[in-house]
Amino acid sequence: MNVNVEEKLFQNRYKVDHGRPHINIIDPVVCTSECKTQQCTSVCPANCYKAEGNGSISLITDGCLECGTCRIICDDFKNVAWEYPRGGYGILFKFG
Amino acid sequence: MEKFDAIVVGAGPSGNAAAYTLAKAGLSVIQIERGEYPGSKNVQGAILYSDALEKIIPEFRDEAPLERHIIEQRMWVLDDDSYIGTNYRSDAFNKAPYNRYTILRAQFDKWFSEKVSQAGALVICETTVTDLIMDGNRVVGVRTDRENGDLFADVVILADGVNSLLAKKAGFHPELNPGDVALAVKEILFLPQETLESRFNVKEGEGVVIEMIGKITQGMMGTGFLYTNNESITIGVGCMLSDFKETRMSPYLLLEKMKAHPAIAPMIEGGEMKEYTAHLIPEGGLKAMPQIYGDGWMIVGDSGMFVNAVHREGSNLAMTTGRLAAETVISLKAAGKEMTSPNLSVYRAKLDDSFVMKDLIKYKDMPGVFHANRQFFTTYPELVNKAAHTMLTVDGVDKKTKEREIFKSFTRSRSLAGLVGDAYKMWRALR
Repeated sequence: MNVNVEEKLFQNRYKVDHGRPHINIIDPVVCTSECKTQQCTSVCPANCYKAEGNGSISLITDGCLECGTCRIICDDFKNVAWEYPRGGYGILFKFG
Repeated sequence: MEKFDAIVVGAGPSGNAAAYTLAKAGLSVIQIERGEYPGSKNVQGAILYSDALEKIIPEFRDEAPLERHIIEQRMWVLDDDSYIGTNYRSDAFNKAPYNRYTILRAQFDKWFSEKVSQAGALVICETTVTDLIMDGNRVVGVRTDRENGDLFADVVILADGVNSLLAKKAGFHPELNPGDVALAVKEILFLPQETLESRFNVKEGEGVVIEMIGKITQGMMGTGFLYTNNESITIGVGCMLSDFKETRMSPYLLLEKMKAHPAIAPMIEGGEMKEYTAHLIPEGGLKAMPQIYGDGWMIVGDSGMFVNAVHREGSNLAMTTGRLAAETVISLKAAGKEMTSPNLSVYRAKLDDSFVMKDLIKYKDMPGVFHANRQFFTTYPELVNKAAHTMLTVDGVDKKTKEREIFKSFTRSRSLAGLVGDAYKMWRALR
């Protein structure tokens, strides 16, 4: 089964804080060379983390649902710096 | 510099319960919410349990945006293409005052927050609290992302949700363990009201809840759910983060597969998806509960692990902890006492006396038992479904032989000692 999560996220309302991502990978080298499992690339419910061909991971937080999963499942390396977006920015649930 | 009696961080059920109770008692309260409006950052299934809210706002039924009152609860145990289950439906649940309702949190929280404002609290939205302001070991205020955004109060009530970054930054509790939180994803699917009501065999205002366990979680420790709202269905699935991490299963793929289950697909057919959400649920129970008060601070709701995972209860624990925290502050104020850790320990005593701690204590071993015994999510759902299939297929085989076959299938999968052991483990964990 193939699921396009972007289609799901398209239904959501966001106020993106351009140029100020609220989540950052602390040391990209750790993802590339030390983390063998890269679970963030499959477990993030908004698919914000993508495995690139060269073994690195790219992160785009625009569709983030602000759940906290990526920070907690990176417990082996603690390589995710996770803050809430600035007040008023980020996901804006219509129904919740 | 203005100083408040209390600062409440967050405008979910626990924060609103606390702010409302404090403001109604005449205390000066400021509540900070990072969303555009209260509710815009909040996610829940969602079932509202009347009792907890009734103790705060007795007349809530006349005003709050409620969807359907629940008259029927279904429990399904699913195999790949079947389910076996129980239903409980009662007309007693159809007589006011109703016991529980489905709600849409974005709307409900907005209403609750209006009540907080009317009670006299100052509610500030679009503002993120970035740090607690400390004086030694004592919390004296909060720093926000607004210019000159420092605020001071006698006590800070942390109602900042499951991630509770503030309590972590301040060192009040460590980072959440992946084995203590579940990740749930859900969608809201809109259907014409008549379609929904005929599909679920209910009349206007009446609702159905379906809780599911079994193959839909693909061997992970978790559950699925389906709730009926006025003109929509909420459908979702949640599993422990430790299992997601290990299996590297995609949560939205899990949800899509569940939606395609032959017993589920017809119920949601034609539903128009209007929102997709994800949220963490603190399910570690008593053993994962952090310190919940200290000098100048208290923790309420999800940030304190106040969830009864076995019974799918959370918002009622949230509102009750918020109310009891507020009542603690009110009585200390009235007695002219300071918000020190020993004085605030009254909060813990109040919780111990309530259903909150009694239930958390009762189920303290459940998370551990489920973590260590995956057969409850895999083998047993399969076995009971196959047993039902065997008994209900009329094929010329006599019933005694069928019974023997079913018994053999159980002992083959789990052994007799395994079956007895499982029953004992469940009994011990649930008693």
